[in-house]
Amino acid sequence: MPRFGNNSAPQKAKNTKQSIAKLLKYIKSFAPMLIIAIVLVVGATICRLVGPNQLGKITDMITQAIPQIKDNIIISPGIEINLAEIMDIAFLLIGLFVFSFVANYIANVLIGTVCFKMSKNLRQDIAEKINRLPLKYLDRKPYGDVLSTVTNDVDMLGQTLQQSASSLVGAIILFLGSLIMMFVTNWIMALSAIASTVIGFAIMILIISKSQKYFIQQQESLGEVDGVVEEIYSGQNIVKTYNATGEVTDKFERVNKKLYTSAWKSQFISGIMQPIMGFVGNLGYVVVCVVGAVLTMKGMTSFGVIASFMIYIRFFTNPLSQIAQAMTSIQTAAAASERVFEFLEEEEISDESTKEMTVDISKIKGNVKIRHVKFGYDPDKLIIHDFSADVKAGQKVAIVGPTGAGKTTIVNLLMRFYEVNSGKITIDGISISDMTRSELREIFSMVLQDTWLFEGTIRENLVYNKEGITDEDLDRVCEACGLSHFIKTLSNGYDTILSDETNVSVGQKQLLTIARAMLQNTPMLILDEATSNVDTRTEELIQKAMDKLTENRTSFVIAHRLSTIKNADLILVLKDGDVIESGTHKELIKQKGFYADLYNSQFSLEGAEVTE
Amino acid sequence: MLKLLKYLQKKEVGMIILSIGFIVLQVWLDLEIPDYMSTITTLVQTPGSTINDILLNGGYMLACAVASAITTIIVGFLAAKIASRLARRIRSLVFNKVVNFSMAEVKHFSTASLITRTTNDISQIQMIIAMGLQLLVRAPVMAIWAICKITSKSFEWTLATAIAVVFLMVVIITVIAVSVPKFRKIQTYIDNLNRVSRESLTGTRVVRAFNAEEYQNNKFEKANDDITKTHLFINKFMSVFDPAMMIVMNGLPLSIYVIGAFLISNAGMLDKLKIFSDMMVFSSYAIQVVMSFVMLVMIFFMLPRAQVSARRINEVLHTKPTILSGEGTDKPIKVGEIQFVNVGFKYPDAEEYVLHNINFKAEKGQVVAFIGSTGSGKSTLINLVPRIYDATEGQVIVDGVNVKDYTIEQLNNKIGYISQKAVLFSGTVESNITMGTKDGQKPTAEDIDRALEISQSNFVKEWPDGINSRIDQGGKNVSGGQKQRLSIARALARNPEILIFDDSFSALDYKTDKMLRQAIHEKLSDTTCLIVAQRIGTIKDADKIIVLDSGHIVGEGTHEELMQNCKIYKEIALSQLSKEELKNA
Repeated sequence: MPRFGNNSAPQKAKNTKQSIAKLLKYIKSFAPMLIIAIVLVVGATICRLVGPNQLGKITDMITQAIPQIKDNIIISPGIEINLAEIMDIAFLLIGLFVFSFVANYIANVLIGTVCFKMSKNLRQDIAEKINRLPLKYLDRKPYGDVLSTVTNDVDMLGQTLQQSASSLVGAIILFLGSLIMMFVTNWIMALSAIASTVIGFAIMILIISKSQKYFIQQQESLGEVDGVVEEIYSGQNIVKTYNATGEVTDKFERVNKKLYTSAWKSQFISGIMQPIMGFVGNLGYVVVCVVGAVLTMKGMTSFGVIASFMIYIRFFTNPLSQIAQAMTSIQTAAAASERVFEFLEEEEISDESTKEMTVDISKIKGNVKIRHVKFGYDPDKLIIHDFSADVKAGQKVAIVGPTGAGKTTIVNLLMRFYEVNSGKITIDGISISDMTRSELREIFSMVLQDTWLFEGTIRENLVYNKEGITDEDLDRVCEACGLSHFIKTLSNGYDTILSDETNVSVGQKQLLTIARAMLQNTPMLILDEATSNVDTRTEELIQKAMDKLTENRTSFVIAHRLSTIKNADLILVLKDGDVIESGTHKELIKQKGFYADLYNSQFSLEGAEVTE
Repeated sequence: MLKLLKYLQKKEVGMIILSIGFIVLQVWLDLEIPDYMSTITTLVQTPGSTINDILLNGGYMLACAVASAITTIIVGFLAAKIASRLARRIRSLVFNKVVNFSMAEVKHFSTASLITRTTNDISQIQMIIAMGLQLLVRAPVMAIWAICKITSKSFEWTLATAIAVVFLMVVIITVIAVSVPKFRKIQTYIDNLNRVSRESLTGTRVVRAFNAEEYQNNKFEKANDDITKTHLFINKFMSVFDPAMMIVMNGLPLSIYVIGAFLISNAGMLDKLKIFSDMMVFSSYAIQVVMSFVMLVMIFFMLPRAQVSARRINEVLHTKPTILSGEGTDKPIKVGEIQFVNVGFKYPDAEEYVLHNINFKAEKGQVVAFIGSTGSGKSTLINLVPRIYDATEGQVIVDGVNVKDYTIEQLNNKIGYISQKAVLFSGTVESNITMGTKDGQKPTAEDIDRALEISQSNFVKEWPDGINSRIDQGGKNVSGGQKQRLSIARALARNPEILIFDDSFSALDYKTDKMLRQAIHEKLSDTTCLIVAQRIGTIKDADKIIVLDSGHIVGEGTHEELMQNCKIYKEIALSQLSKEELKNA
């Protein structure tokens, strides 16, 4: 379909060739389909090119039938038209047209299929790439950027390719073919037709080159308006409360005027492209008519040639604009594919497929040794300076300390979301860096402060990717988490769909994530601030669920509120990336150190001195 | 769409009429060209005509082509002017409307949507008007005129053309009818795809901890499959379009020639030449007719999209701001006293009240702080003073006058409001600080200096350009803490009688927070302060602390009093554990 108003300046890719080369690799597997499509397009186009030539024959037969008349006197009567022969030609042409119709249709379908399937593969690769990227990358990159690559860029790529690929092949062949046919039919007329078209296109190219700056200007002023509008709209309440409406309106009117000036110019230029193309066509038409007529009178050609040239000239000029448009689209596609491949080529987490599985999950006891771990998100800036700890199987370890002390960082290291700079963490004597990541994560369950659930049924959210979970398992776990009542009140029980509209409180969400972790039934456990976003009553509920969860499991608990970890077997007090105290609650209180301070200050506000 | 056209001014209406005239002229010229062709045909077939005759007619033809090109360029110029002028005007109107919206309207539309409405949607309208004017007028004129010219020639030819038109229309309409609903479906599939990708991104840690990468991949693949299948389905229909156009464009001349052959064969000797030249002309007219119809259908296909944009723009233009300026008052007193009397508030579309029966009074120079959990209504409460929202029930009184009775400007001049998210605008430090003040009332250099000093923004003076330093769009070139301090300086430079801090301290570190409060305490002892805060430390020294829970006042008093008698306050205090407060404790 013709696209209107494609008046935006093409986005420029940094390296068009390279992006296209990478794209070709993706298309490779579809090569047979593409080759068939191209063959079909070539065939169809050749059939089309035969048309005007045969039409010329018909015209010649008709003109020969026309009597030469001067002043109402018939000079020569003309030959009777051979209608049977005309019908033969007509049927031949109809056959060719029908063939080219079918061939073109099939080619379009094939090219479309290739483009959409390629988009699908690209999208899938991007989605899977997300799961292989290090958290170092994901924690930094805005989600919006990645999302826009998955959808916008891939879509843009697929559609522009589809639109330009199918037209490009046909256009080039039609262009070359009509050129050849014109020369074969009559070289004088061919030359004059081409000359007229070249003049027309020279004018057009001149305009385009002169106008490019207006498109760029328009793009820039659009950006400016966008910027100003975004800035002012997002600070709208400040603008209003500071009586600055007039001031910002002036600012806006300035950019609005600028946009207006560049907009009408570029609108004008893109608006007259079509007419100029029309003029080029008309010019060719006139030249063909006049030159043809003169030649006919001199007996150097026939009327049929004029008739066929009138069509050839259209075949000749139309593809030129199609090719020009396709070139612009390819620029845009290249820019999009560059972003796509940039993402796909991001460094991934190290490949572990060659690593041997070393761990038998069922035999894991849960003795954890942390030795002289050093770590910083930024290699020059250590967050964890020298962290060591010993945890025995089945112990509940609490990590406490002020914000920014590095509590969550410990979780990142235990789960190998990030790798330690130096030092060692072992589980039952095996270094976690010797395990595969998936082995390590099979050992742990995790509940985070951020209650991540997805749109789907409660069952899907609880079971997640664990296999062989029965309804009895679900019932048991939900009972333990205090979720049974909540789930019973829902109209569809476990099959209720969780979405933005479903009324689930933060506390309930948290309980669901705990139930999910419980179903995994792993030997070890991490709870990172699982109760900090809920009110005190829900906290009690969650606390109970967590206590159930931590029974007989080596567990790491990070907590804000100290009351929740009083019963821990080992409390590690973290400050500025170092363990400054460790021991049980009782021991630490006795030490009268940082922890005791922390704990007492919490309760001194209540006025009760803690002696224990 | 039509509603937007009423914003056209007389001059533009004149331009439209002018361009319609030119379009008609252009159609006439375009249709003349084949007529000259016909003359040339006759000349060639008539013995004794000279080459000069042919060249003369060729010259006329060329003149028509040139004239036609010139008229189209004029029309293009007019159309571009009209469309851009209208777009500019509507953009201004929308912008003016939006800056005067109250928070309720902004929230109703969402900022992102308002931005699109001001930019993209209006660009859409501009495009459709510029093109529509040319195509929408040209296509029907061309179609009707060309039809008139051909129907008189031969019934058979007309029939062939009609069949071609009907065939194309049927194809186009079928393709559109089948694919448009599917296109809508694609939109939901894209949302789906986005959702799954977003899930993988926001839940990376969980996904990996549960070894659920494969699970997510499969989920994505399903969404991906859905979208691809629909695309492929549509593709099967859309693919028919081009070949169909082609077969008509090639088949129509063929059938005209074949019919022509029969007509000429059966015609009398004298009529043969006439029919022949008619045939040559007819084939070019016929193509024009078919193309015009195709263009028309295209416009109708594009129109719905523009219609959506037009509706979105109209929604903004027809929204009445709910917060209107009051009559104004000439009570000259400048005190800084705030009183809430039985104030209740609910958001416009909400059912439940966010604030219930709020009563309190802040005397001149007092610091009144508000604390409570998220959703307790503390921010909403102080937003009622500068009329970011209006109270649903009861009265908010400043200096003895209901806030609704002041003009917006009067009220704003009494208040220095500092939002939770610091906002700076492109310009300089100075333009940001003096923003919105009228000439004659601009803060003096001393005012600015003092404001910078109190707000702990002395870092500005160390910058090479001082207060003339550039601020980028949205203040991107200054850090969060600096932004917040500058936005406080902006409020202070106006010497307001009331300062409102809507959780403005969270972006500051403890030390700055403390110094800032101290400076305010020492140097602005006459200014009334309303403070919303998260940190107990920030508000501990306030003259009065009001504790909110689910929109009710559940405690009022000093820190010490509340520690004794307010359970919720105590809970909040206990949950806050930080180095700073521990030292103070």
